[in-house]
Amino acid sequence: MTDTHDITLSINDHDYTITVDARHTLADTIRDQCGQTGTHVGCEHGVCGACTVLLDGQPVRSCLIFAVQCGGKPIRTVEGLAKGDELHPLQKSFMKYHALQCGFCTPGFLMLAVGILENEPDISDSDLREALSSNLCRCTGYANIVKAVRAAAEELKAGS
Amino acid sequence: METVLGQSVQRLEDPPLITGRGRFAADINFPHQLHMRMVRSIHAHAEIKSVDIAQALALPGVYAVWTADDISHIGPVDFRADRAAEDIKPYRQPVLAKGRVRYVGDPVAAVFADDPYLAEDAADLVAVTYMELPVIVTVDDPIGEFSPGIDTEAAILTHSYGNIDDAFSRAHAVVELDLFTGRHAGVPLETRGAIGRYDAAKDILELHGAAKVLHRNKETLTRMLGRKQSGLHLHESHVGGGFGIRGEVYPEDVLVLAAAERFGRPVKWIEDRHEHLMCANQGREQHHRARIAVDAESHILGIEDTFHHDQGAYIRTHGVVVPNLTMCLFTAVYRVPAYHARAHVRLTNKTPCATYRAPGRYEASFVRERLMDAAAAKLGISPIEFRRRNLITKDEIPYTITYNEPEAKKAEIDSGDYHLLLDKALSYIGWDTLSPELAQRRADGELVGAGIGIFLEEGGLGPSDGAKIAVDIDGDVEVITGGASVGQGFETSMAQICAEALGVDYKRIRVIHGQTDRIAYGIGAHAQRTTVMTGNAVNATALAVRKKALEVAAGVLQTAADDLVITDGTIIRRDDTAGPSITLGEIAAMLVPASKSRGTHVPGLAAEEFFDTTETVFPYGIHFAVVCVDSGTGHVKVERFVIAYDIGRAVNPKLVEGQLVGGCLQGLGGALYEEFIYDQRGQPLAVTFADYLMPTVREAPDVEVLITEDAPSPHNPLGIKSAGEGGINAVGAAIAGAIDNAIGRPGAVTRLPVTPQRMKDLLRAGA
Repeated sequence: MTDTHDITLSINDHDYTITVDARHTLADTIRDQCGQTGTHVGCEHGVCGACTVLLDGQPVRSCLIFAVQCGGKPIRTVEGLAKGDELHPLQKSFMKYHALQCGFCTPGFLMLAVGILENEPDISDSDLREALSSNLCRCTGYANIVKAVRAAAEELKAGS
Repeated sequence: METVLGQSVQRLEDPPLITGRGRFAADINFPHQLHMRMVRSIHAHAEIKSVDIAQALALPGVYAVWTADDISHIGPVDFRADRAAEDIKPYRQPVLAKGRVRYVGDPVAAVFADDPYLAEDAADLVAVTYMELPVIVTVDDPIGEFSPGIDTEAAILTHSYGNIDDAFSRAHAVVELDLFTGRHAGVPLETRGAIGRYDAAKDILELHGAAKVLHRNKETLTRMLGRKQSGLHLHESHVGGGFGIRGEVYPEDVLVLAAAERFGRPVKWIEDRHEHLMCANQGREQHHRARIAVDAESHILGIEDTFHHDQGAYIRTHGVVVPNLTMCLFTAVYRVPAYHARAHVRLTNKTPCATYRAPGRYEASFVRERLMDAAAAKLGISPIEFRRRNLITKDEIPYTITYNEPEAKKAEIDSGDYHLLLDKALSYIGWDTLSPELAQRRADGELVGAGIGIFLEEGGLGPSDGAKIAVDIDGDVEVITGGASVGQGFETSMAQICAEALGVDYKRIRVIHGQTDRIAYGIGAHAQRTTVMTGNAVNATALAVRKKALEVAAGVLQTAADDLVITDGTIIRRDDTAGPSITLGEIAAMLVPASKSRGTHVPGLAAEEFFDTTETVFPYGIHFAVVCVDSGTGHVKVERFVIAYDIGRAVNPKLVEGQLVGGCLQGLGGALYEEFIYDQRGQPLAVTFADYLMPTVREAPDVEVLITEDAPSPHNPLGIKSAGEGGINAVGAAIAGAIDNAIGRPGAVTRLPVTPQRMKDLLRAGA
């Protein structure tokens, strides 16, 4: 049980030098060792997507990857989305379109959507739905999430 | 003053939630905390022969392992006080199983360790030996023995009125149906969590991660733990969805408290998803045999319904409330002269059941609306016309249903115009053009059809709720409620009500909820009570604060209080808005205890008021679905889903719409995808999200919502009704009707969910 490793996790441009067990998931490590509890754990088997973070710019399930695999790679979580008091367009859009209720799935959806839009700014509506279908929300019925992401996509394109 | 009540303002809840600063149960940590992990039964029914904890205890970092003997002073998880029927007490769940386990997941032991990974390792080392016993897996199995002298049929409940025998003997036609609703659950995205902490300096136990009905749960928990009422407090933080299941008292809540007190260390338990799908309350599973009698003019003469209610392995905190809810508004919006229902509440060796959003009602609406469709088909008139003929008219309301059973609560419908809503809904849908379009598509070979369900909801159950409001010297407002927030926008809607009554910006209002140490009483968030009860309490309290502010201001501004108004936190003369003014903060400063200008006023710009009511509110709605069935795959595509809902008066239409659309998708899950199934030995087969299929965005239609405010409630000053369950209530009913219509076989759907496999079976059966 004591197969430990010293690693440095780079989360939102901040380095955390920590010791982890080989079996510690990235999600647990981000939360428990780095104190970034915005990343939520909803199912621990890679289905719900509440724990989605960006690893090397790609959305990944942080419950399905070990922390020890992630040393040195840039990790982005919901805490890093806003720049100071300036919210990310997706965050503003989620508020405007009432795309969250309880807010538990929200960080995962935000990071998924950031990943989608950064990788594919011109994504079609049907591809967007397909991509967003990888995460679960139990409150909203999704329509407002789709609206919010679509509106933010247009704003990001106009601003780029 | 610009009105804020009734506006779709942005939520106060959102900023922390979108920036990762929420505080859900798993985010709560205390120094030196222990982590609890449960050892759970692997059998659906077995005698426990032995529990060996030695190996687990020997693991470094393991602090303790508890079995039933370690908590022998704590009784089973109790009912809420008002559900304490003596004859169902033997069916309560022990906190840790004593001698026998009754479902897969039944807690047998609890491990406490320094680290959650370690606790899980240790739990694997607890060696339990069992002797398997025969299982009861369905409610139609023969009744068995629960314990010596006590059988597995816990209760037979009835609701009845009118002369049912006469109704059926006079009938022009009778239709009889055999119907099943599958086992579903709320499944919030946040699993359960409980953190117990003992403050020895104050001799107070704290439960963090609590939700829903905190004051009521405090009563239950103090009773179970043998503590004084003053020796326990419950604290709600962010809650990742409620839906009925979250915030009930479960064995794990009791364990973290008992352990925190005994060990003097905080104890944290976070459920994993596998546990959640085996152990948190489930619901909905009923088998109905129902029949309806109609006359030659298509008027309903009577409805008779006998059903088996699958209670699962134990009766939890709700007692037998769900089968009663199935019966008590069964007839809903229809004129039904005679009604007789009988519920057989049966224990099975499956996960215990309790409330899930629209408890009993989703099931009842499925059965009732199936009867409506079947009767219409038998009489050869359209389902819509049949319903129209039987809807209670506006002139008949207030409409009272009094049951023969003294313990059955009367239904006193407060307001409504069901025909008007039906007309508005059909017009919104464009039924006159849609209907022939669908017929043409069917003629062209498509399996496409429409279905409808009309329903009645009840909310605002009292009898009383209170609120405390104080304005500080900055002019900021604190509203303390005994309500609870499960993600529905409670803080925003309460702030809007307060803002409207007091005359302040709603963004300057902080709404406190779910803290038993801040207010002595609280109704919580369940059964659509919150907005009506807590909302009207906030309204009454805000008006009292307003009155006090105006009294003080009247002296300062040398103007009669009646001639003053409060706009954006500033008091001015109604007829001279540019004239002298004073802010609420300045009034509050005049009212601090040491203020020389306080005069004879009681210190503080504050008030506490209650809203009392003996009445309930009855919102109502219509669900309308268009589906297209793929004969190859059995996939049912929902092309359109329309919800028409009369809410009386909407506090925040955007939030109401959010409740309705979100509820609808859960209803679609239960109608088409989600089901907890068990094998013949009672092993659960849906224990991951790969087995329990909740809708994703790909299954989500763009649900259309038509909110009307034609029938405000006469029973509260705000006229408001409730929204939490109106999105889900008749979804199963409407989908079933639509599938029947699509495949041209009235009455084909008898079981929910209509999974692709069942849809294929239906198509084969009709071929």
